[in-house]
Amino acid sequence: MKAAVITFPGSNCDYDCFHALRDQVGADVGYVWHREQEVGDVDLVVLPGGFSYGDYLRPGAIARFSPIMESVVAHARRGGAVLGICNGFQILCEVGLLPGALLRNESLRFVSRHVWLRVENARTIYTSRYNKADLLRIHLAHGDGKYHADPETLARLEGDDRIVFRYVNRDGTVGPGSNPNGSAHNIAGIVNEAGNVLGMMPHPERAVDPVLGSEHGLPLFLSLSENLSTAGAA
Amino acid sequence: MSRFVVQVLITPRPGLLDPQGSAIHHALQQLDFPEVSTVRAGKALYLDVEASSPDQAEARVREMSKKLLANPVTEDFQVHVEDADVTTAAGGGK
Repeated sequence: MKAAVITFPGSNCDYDCFHALRDQVGADVGYVWHREQEVGDVDLVVLPGGFSYGDYLRPGAIARFSPIMESVVAHARRGGAVLGICNGFQILCEVGLLPGALLRNESLRFVSRHVWLRVENARTIYTSRYNKADLLRIHLAHGDGKYHADPETLARLEGDDRIVFRYVNRDGTVGPGSNPNGSAHNIAGIVNEAGNVLGMMPHPERAVDPVLGSEHGLPLFLSLSENLSTAGAA
Repeated sequence: MSRFVVQVLITPRPGLLDPQGSAIHHALQQLDFPEVSTVRAGKALYLDVEASSPDQAEARVREMSKKLLANPVTEDFQVHVEDADVTTAAGGGK
């Protein structure tokens, strides 16, 4: 699998993504600076977490116009995989590759802690190594992670099985205390209609090694590696 | 061309939960201002814009608002051309 991690001014999870891809799943991965014009010949583009452009105006609103984004959108439209984590998810919504928006957390506080996610759809290129209803302990850190979309969009996301991860309690139930930011339908991650673009607020790249306190994010990268290693799986 | 100060008011769309507005409202009630029934918190941007007329300035800033300044999924915006500086036009020639 060949992968590109896009670095914006203010990205701070780019190395974590690089580490997960190169050291944990053996991908051929490189950084691409946001001023570049081309993502290059890659299978996967990662928009990492952080605070691109200081989150000024709205998180992701300015990064979405970075020169590299045209190439990222073209890659997605060709069916290429694009993974947006945290600020990357916000950018994907701003650029229109995913529906909805991420708003200020309902608590108005920055939340940084481990949460439990339930795998809702294990038939995507991102989740094939999981089983449906698997529970994942993954770290999350954001001030603007409350997923919002109009009722029709939410109904479509539910109906088309595009909600990939949902916030749950430790026992796997959606209920009081399970939702860290007030997201509609407890949404933690969604895919686009074609299934090649995933946006999620929690950080799977921070859960790829026992030393990090969790390995529950590793199957996501292994799934990608397995599903995107076309062309002879070199 | 003249210079205009254009104000863009960005507010959360009606029906959208506005936790910031609610927090301010709550504080006002505690400070004994019971007459306030709702508070909505948004932001104001002030742009110095060069344009041939107030209408043109407004039209351009509307375009900017749609493209970048406001998120149509969650925000509404209003554009006000605040202050027309006519000195350039009065200078003539340029």
